[in-house]
Amino acid sequence: MTEPQHRPGSGRQPASDGAAASGTSRAPEALPPLARVLLALALLGLFGGLAAAVLSLAQPAPGLAAAVAERLDESGVSHPVTAVLLNFRGYDTLLELVVLVLALMGTWSVGRARGCAGNAPGPLLRQLPGLLAPLMVLVAGYLLWVGAHAPGGAFQAGSLLGGVGILLCLSGRTLPPWAQRPSLRVLAVLGVAVFTLLGTVAALLPGGAPLDWPPAQAKTLILTIELAAMLSIGVILAALFTGGRP
Amino acid sequence: MAGLSLLDWALDGLLALLLLWLAWRALASPELFRAVVLFIAFGLVLALVWARLYAVDVALAEMAIGAGVTGALLLAALVRLEPPIGRGRQDARDGEVYDHD
Repeated sequence: MTEPQHRPGSGRQPASDGAAASGTSRAPEALPPLARVLLALALLGLFGGLAAAVLSLAQPAPGLAAAVAERLDESGVSHPVTAVLLNFRGYDTLLELVVLVLALMGTWSVGRARGCAGNAPGPLLRQLPGLLAPLMVLVAGYLLWVGAHAPGGAFQAGSLLGGVGILLCLSGRTLPPWAQRPSLRVLAVLGVAVFTLLGTVAALLPGGAPLDWPPAQAKTLILTIELAAMLSIGVILAALFTGGRP
Repeated sequence: MAGLSLLDWALDGLLALLLLWLAWRALASPELFRAVVLFIAFGLVLALVWARLYAVDVALAEMAIGAGVTGALLLAALVRLEPPIGRGRQDARDGEVYDHD
């Protein structure tokens, strides 16, 4: 990294300025040769131990693939990964969505976003989003739908939507006023809210348990949750990119 | 059959070496921008590796989240780390301190 130019009036004291120039952004001090050799040996030992552990794993690896395949019919989808993520192990996915919301709250609590209006796009970025954004939204919808029987799903589709947001932000486009405060927050928690609500309703059914979808309605429920999750993931990832409260 | 298997080995070996080399370059690069770009390339090659392992779901997620969104986030963080030089921006706000420690 090049040493940044300190502008006059940037608020730095000359003394700390000198210390910063000599202390940071230099390569770290080289270790003495003996320490380097010892470090290399220790790392090699660690690598050997890890390699031995991997090689000593049972073949074929024990797993729940057979159990998943056996009850795939009850999951409402025909792709085993989606069945595990949204049905058999719904808790994991729900908590992943919560982690994303928490990450957004953490980012928002640190400071304000720079806003996208300050980005001055070049000719490519001015034109490209108009062509790419609709296509990416279409592909996101396709990935969501195809997740029921082939690789795809809410996280892939959501990150594509997040990419649309990042692209639009980089090209200097901003959200319309109606989309900013409440709607942005509602969209960010929509995935967690819908997932929790439907999971609770499933628990209240006779003989039901939390996040235990009745096989007849499983497909509809999973698609509803994935739709909400996709929107939330897209909004959260794009909002994380702007780096602060809107 | 043997030829195909040899091709598979060559492809997998190339991917594995490329992955390790990109990881090393990304970690060892003193220039942060170059390190981030190498990290994005690393994510793309890792997505290919996942696809070779028949884990297409993971490959899609790695490509979209690991390489794409994380790369964009790292670049955004990099812009915030460095005082803006050129680029016609005026975002050196009052009260924002750029620390390089």
